[in-house]
Amino acid sequence: MSMTLTELWVILGCGVITVASRVLPFAFVKQVKMPAWLINFLTFVPITIMTALCCQSLFVANPGHFATLNVANCLAAIPATLAGILTKSLLMVVVVGIMAMAVLRYFAIGG
Amino acid sequence: MGPSLTFKTGVRDVLPTVFGYIGVGLAFGIVAHTSHLSLLVVGGMSFIVYAGSAQFIITSMLLLHDPLSAIFISTFLVNSRMILMSTSLAQYFRHESLLKNLLIGTLVTDETFALAMNKQNRTQGKLSFAWQSAANLVAYLVWGLATIVGAILGGMIANPTQFGFDFALTAMFIGLVYLQLISDRHLGLSLQLTVMVFVALVYYFAIGLMSQNFALLVATVAGCLFGMEMKKCR
Repeated sequence: MSMTLTELWVILGCGVITVASRVLPFAFVKQVKMPAWLINFLTFVPITIMTALCCQSLFVANPGHFATLNVANCLAAIPATLAGILTKSLLMVVVVGIMAMAVLRYFAIGG
Repeated sequence: MGPSLTFKTGVRDVLPTVFGYIGVGLAFGIVAHTSHLSLLVVGGMSFIVYAGSAQFIITSMLLLHDPLSAIFISTFLVNSRMILMSTSLAQYFRHESLLKNLLIGTLVTDETFALAMNKQNRTQGKLSFAWQSAANLVAYLVWGLATIVGAILGGMIANPTQFGFDFALTAMFIGLVYLQLISDRHLGLSLQLTVMVFVALVYYFAIGLMSQNFALLVATVAGCLFGMEMKKCR
């Protein structure tokens, strides 16, 4: 159990940064009336950010070249998506996804 | 997920996402252990910094002895998407007091944001302080505990990914994006699908040119602007 001075500064400094990025927008929105275009813009944030977060695990970056697919993640995503379509349950998507990935790893498919 | 917005419902609604936190939290703990971070540092990061992907980056930068300023800038960039999410989510809590707004903001994450957006599709666009706080608190505690357990287990498990737990987070986002797609009646299915394809294309080309986290922001903002234009054309 120990912490260096650098580690302490990193934790405190990064803590302030992450809390500020989360909290300041709440304070701002509470005080200021948002223009219509901004509200319109923000209605697209959920679907775009979630899509981009999915892409982050489905694509592999190759700096300077075209990206490639993360084959294992893409394969496991298929049964996970089917589970979502069939059950509309978040829990089922996660459970089926983990099981699919365990099977892929067991047979060493997709690297 | 029903229309109820009590604290108890919040705890129940957040449970499916807990698997994602446990999977990634254990992974972070194990990585932190192998990077020679003490339990105190792991706990400090999880409970004070509380930022999944940023924590991985901070750990690797600490290991490389990068300067504080570089670590701070990276943390800000990786977490800057929170500004978009918080601004989006805050609109549902304008009727609550400033203090309650700040409390919700302090613990909001990618997952609890996505969950809230799914939830409001079932409640005619309403969210409550009690419901959101329950989701936030469960996520916060599970994440912190999972990372500490991961750090303790660190030396014992040879290959934690063989059980597929690292895929829990991806699966969770797939589930959340699918539920968002089918339940957001305001935007509709075809517009959302078009925007999703656009975001995927922008992200695909952007990651060849810039860091993944910057590409994520570029794709998100481009997707929102594209969506606004598409909506105008209809």
